[in-house]
Amino acid sequence: MAEIPESLLRRSAEAKAKALGVPVEDVLAEMRGDGPPVTPPQSEAPDQSAEAAPEEGTETEEVPEEIKAEAETTAEEAEPSPEVVVEEAPADLPAPTAEEVVPAAAVAVEDRPVEAPVPSNGSGNGKVAAMVSPRPTVPPAGTPEGVRTQRLLTVVKARAIQNVKAEPTDKVNTWPHLMLLEFGALLLITGVLIVMAVVIHSPLLDPANINATPNPSKAPWYFLGLQELLSYFDPQIAGVMVPTITGMIGFILIPFIDRNPSTRPSDRKFAIALYSIFLAGAATLTIIGVLFRGQGFNFSYPWKDGIFFDDLKDWVDFE
Amino acid sequence: MAEGKTSLKERVSEAKDKLWGSQAVEAILRPGSPFKKGYSDSPRNRSYVVMNNVLYHLHPVKVKRHGVKLSYTLCLGGLSFFLFILLTITGIFLMFYYTPSAEAAYVDVQALSTDVAFGSLVRNLHRWGGHLMVLSVFLHMSRVFYHGAYKPPREFNWVVGVVLLLLTLLLSFSGYLLPWDQLALWAVTVGSNMASFVPVIGAQVKFGLLAGVDVTAATLLRFYVLHVLAFPFIIVIFMAVHFWRVRKDGGISGPL
Repeated sequence: MAEIPESLLRRSAEAKAKALGVPVEDVLAEMRGDGPPVTPPQSEAPDQSAEAAPEEGTETEEVPEEIKAEAETTAEEAEPSPEVVVEEAPADLPAPTAEEVVPAAAVAVEDRPVEAPVPSNGSGNGKVAAMVSPRPTVPPAGTPEGVRTQRLLTVVKARAIQNVKAEPTDKVNTWPHLMLLEFGALLLITGVLIVMAVVIHSPLLDPANINATPNPSKAPWYFLGLQELLSYFDPQIAGVMVPTITGMIGFILIPFIDRNPSTRPSDRKFAIALYSIFLAGAATLTIIGVLFRGQGFNFSYPWKDGIFFDDLKDWVDFE
Repeated sequence: MAEGKTSLKERVSEAKDKLWGSQAVEAILRPGSPFKKGYSDSPRNRSYVVMNNVLYHLHPVKVKRHGVKLSYTLCLGGLSFFLFILLTITGIFLMFYYTPSAEAAYVDVQALSTDVAFGSLVRNLHRWGGHLMVLSVFLHMSRVFYHGAYKPPREFNWVVGVVLLLLTLLLSFSGYLLPWDQLALWAVTVGSNMASFVPVIGAQVKFGLLAGVDVTAATLLRFYVLHVLAFPFIIVIFMAVHFWRVRKDGGISGPL
C-alpha cells in the first residue's frame, strides 16, 4: 500500500470532518488507523462517507443529508469560497497525471446539471466514491456563461476509484540536501587539487626539438594503453580495431546493443562482466605503459630502472 | 568606552540593515534567496532557492532521495563539470602570459613558472585539473554503465556522454602540446601517429590535425586555437544538451 502524503491525508481529513461535522483530529486518527471509526453527531447518516461508498457501487443516490444541504447552500451563494473550488478533470486523463499528482483522487460535486455524474477514470467501472448532488440545481447568479463551479467534497483513497500504477517517489528538496553535498564535494576536490598543485610541479623539459627524439617517446597517459597495444599488434589491427571500433562506435552503440531492460546488477551479469574486463584491461595496459616501459619502449622494472614517465618527473625523481 | 563600542556596533548593524533592505540589494536577490533579509526556512523558500537562481537552475526543486546519496553517483558528473569550470578560469589566467608561437611559447611557460605571481600554482592547477577531468569523466561513464543508466529513455544521453568523453580527451591532448617542450612535442607526435593508423582517411586526419606531416609551429597555433576556442565551444554545447537531457529523461536513474 502506497504511503499517502501527510498533506493530502490532512486535506482529506479536513474535508471529511467538515462534511460530517466532527473534529479533524478524530478523522485523522481514524485514517491513520489508530482511532475509532468516526460517526457524525446526527445518527441518520452513519457510514455513507468516503470509505464506505466504494464497496457497493450504487451509492451515488445515497448522499448524506448534510452534504446535500451544503451543496445547495453553496449553489445559492453567489461565489463559492475559493478553497473548495476544484478544477474539473477531463474524463480521459492521460497516465502521467495519475503518476504525478497524488495517489488520491478529488471527488467533485457539480453545482450544475451534469449528464455523466462521475468522471470515469479508466478503471472506475462504476466503483466510484463520488457523491454528486442528486438534484440538478440552477447555476448561481452572477456565474459567467460556460463556467461550471465545483466544490471539493472529500478526498478519497486512490485505490477506491482508480488504479495508480506508479508509487509516489520519495523526494527531498534540492536545497539543502543535494546542494550541500555538492558543495562539500567541490571543496574537497579543490583542496586536493591545490595540494597537488603545490606539491607536484608540472614538467617542463628541454625546448622542443624535432631532431632529438627522446628515448622512450610516450603518448599522454590516457593513450598509453593504446600505445601498449600497438607494441603487441600490427598497427593496422590495434590502431584500427581497438580504438575506432571498441572505443568510439562500440561505446556509442552500447544502449542499442544491450536490449536487456533491467538495471538490476543480478540481471545483467554478462554486461557487467564485459565492462569490467574492459576496465581491467585498460587499467593494466595503461599501468604497464606508464611504469613498466623503459628505453626503446622495452619492458623495465620501475624499482630497478626508474620510472620513464615525464608527467611526474618533478615529483618522482629516481635518478 | 563601553558605550562607544555599543553605539558603533549598533551603527554597523543599522547600516547593514539599511543596505540589506535597500532597493539595490533587493533588486539583485531573487525571492527566496537565503541571503535576503528576513529569509525563513520554509519549503516554499527552499524551492525558490532553486527556481530563482541561475546557478542552481540546473537542478529541479526536488530530487529523488536515493540520488542524494553520495555512494550512488560519487558526484562524478558534477565534479567533471566543476573541473571544467576550474580549467576555464585557470586557462583564462594562463592565456594572459602565453604566446602560441614556436619561438615564444617555451620561454613564456618558463617565465610563467618563475616570474609570474601564482603562475606556477595556476599552471599546476590547470595541468593536474585537466588530468583529473579525463579521469573523472571516464569514471563517470563507468558509474553510469554499472548502474545501467544508459537504458531507455536515456540512450541518447549516453551517446552525448561518449562524445563528451571524446571531446575531453581532445581538449587534454591539444593542451598537451602547448608548453612546447620535448615532452609535449613527442607525446603529440606519438599520439597523432596513432591517428594515421585509421583506415582510408588516416593520413588525411593526421595531416589535418598537425597542419602538416610533422609537429611544427603551424601545429602549435592549430592546437592552441583548438584548445582555447574550438573544443571548449563544442563541448559547452554538448554539455548543455547533456544536462538538459538528464532532467528531461526523468532525473537521475535508479534506484537499482
